[in-house]
Amino acid sequence: MGSIRLENVSKSFGETAVIPSIDLDIEDGEFVVFVGPSGCGKSTLLRLVAGLEDTTGGRILIDGKDMTDTPPSKRGLAMVFQSYALYPHMSVYRNIAFPLRMAGVDKAEIDRKVREAARVLNLTDYLDRRPGQLSGGQRQRVAIGRAIVRAPTAFLFDEPLSNLDAALRVGMRLEISELHQSLGTTMIYVTHDQVEAMTMADKIVVLNKGRIEQVGSPLTLYRNPKNLFVAGFIGSPKMNFVTGEEAAKRGAATIGIRAEHIALAPEAGPWHGTIGVVEHLGSDTFFHVTVDGVGPLTVRAGGEAAYGHGARVFLRPDESKIHRFDAAGQAL
Amino acid sequence: MATKKSTRIGRIAVAPSVILLFLWMIVPLGMTLYFSTQRYNLLNPDRSGFVGWLNYRAFLTNPGFTTALVNTLILVGAVLLITVVLGILIAVLLDQPIKGRGFVRLMVIAPFFIMPTVSALVWKNLLMHPVSGFFAWIMRSLGLTPVDWFTHHPLLSIILIVAWQWLPFATLILFTALQSLDLEQKEAAEMDGAGPFSYFFEMVLPHLARPITVVIMMETIFLLSVFAEILVTTQGGPGQQTTNIAFLVYAQALLNYNVGGASAGGIVAVVLANIVAFFLVRLVGKNLEA
Repeated sequence: MGSIRLENVSKSFGETAVIPSIDLDIEDGEFVVFVGPSGCGKSTLLRLVAGLEDTTGGRILIDGKDMTDTPPSKRGLAMVFQSYALYPHMSVYRNIAFPLRMAGVDKAEIDRKVREAARVLNLTDYLDRRPGQLSGGQRQRVAIGRAIVRAPTAFLFDEPLSNLDAALRVGMRLEISELHQSLGTTMIYVTHDQVEAMTMADKIVVLNKGRIEQVGSPLTLYRNPKNLFVAGFIGSPKMNFVTGEEAAKRGAATIGIRAEHIALAPEAGPWHGTIGVVEHLGSDTFFHVTVDGVGPLTVRAGGEAAYGHGARVFLRPDESKIHRFDAAGQAL
Repeated sequence: MATKKSTRIGRIAVAPSVILLFLWMIVPLGMTLYFSTQRYNLLNPDRSGFVGWLNYRAFLTNPGFTTALVNTLILVGAVLLITVVLGILIAVLLDQPIKGRGFVRLMVIAPFFIMPTVSALVWKNLLMHPVSGFFAWIMRSLGLTPVDWFTHHPLLSIILIVAWQWLPFATLILFTALQSLDLEQKEAAEMDGAGPFSYFFEMVLPHLARPITVVIMMETIFLLSVFAEILVTTQGGPGQQTTNIAFLVYAQALLNYNVGGASAGGIVAVVLANIVAFFLVRLVGKNLEA
């Protein structure tokens, strides 16, 4: 149905190789998130799959068929763009109907499909409006509507939530996840926000400088990062990294420990430090602690934890949750 | 402009320019209105005085008037059609990534820098001349009889010259608008299965609706008063075939020395321009609302 396979795919713009070589399998019905810092090639990779960019080398198979040189409209994919790319001179109805009209679907069928999509996306009351008269979230839904009427083999999302405010982003995140549950169609979703990746994905592909750093389920990446990059990128707040004597003691060049795997203790513990900034989030409190001989660490504690700025505390890391990395940054 | 005092100071400050601009407009208009009601012929300066609507009646019932009106409308309409249609096509071409695009753009815009008188002379003597013209040479090279443009197709010749002059303007405005077309929209249309023709008619043309309206409005204002090209090439002839309203007014004033009649003609032209402007503004208003 909607499996996508990349074999040795590479892309260069002139001399610069944006993507040296990538192999990736996406199963039918999977929600795959490409995540990485800006400039890591995640959007380029998506555009290669969409056919909006030509590959420099390698093959792209959709549903087992080689579609490397197939034009975008013939690949059976639908894309939601970062700017939504709605057609400003057309009503919402005509926007959603456009791909069907281009495919030569008859009028009654178009009408039925557009109204069905509008009902699913709560756009029924807005069908006569122009995109300019809609809010950001509604525009987003129109863009999704335009994608789903085509019944594509897979959806491609290019940072679709980056133009929305924080509250709306959480809402749309849920809506897209629900849409994936109800449609069961393959989705590829590009974002630089690891929270979106963690919350939505079946499978996360972490990209860095055009290379895949690690592929896996959100919790696999969280629990067993393969290298320093993934360890530092996935998870909020960022994993604490410690080098030097403490790392050497554990036989590694760098050790990493997440904020929630360090306990604050008033009386005794292996580490001793001074509390700096304290961030209260209600449910959690983050302490930024300068630990003697270790360096600055972020520690997560419950919402009730009450230590003030400048207080001296002991810290006890959970030894079983410490990640060890060699000098090249690979997990040991 | 927060307080009453600063509002008053502001008004006093802009007053000189407002008054100057007002006088600049109202004095010539008033004089024209005044002369249009006077018997005032330079060949017969002794017979003067108020004649009421006589000059208007004479101008409007002049058999040349209807011809001139029709010629004006044909000229404006044809030039608009040519410049807008060709302008869109050239703008779309210029938007393609071609080699030496900067140079091509400059060449396309060049005609706009040439004075109407000069370009009319170039067309008349170097291009359309039945004996020594470039077009005649082409025709002869193909073994055909050269066309005597200004004798047999006088209005068409004028239209071609004026359209050639205004094509760069239309191209420039439309090309600039085309560059603001969102790239992601293009890609979305591509993914939605729109071919080049659908893309042009569904995306590009609607996007250009506003700039096209602007081009039509700007050009109409200037095309209603085309004069130099006619004076240099055909002198309004043969017969009345290329006389437009502007040239008719000129003929009244400086060929017949009838200042009163010319003034009446000038007022008629102003009224006509206002009628056209009224419809144009409504057209533009409709397009700008969206």
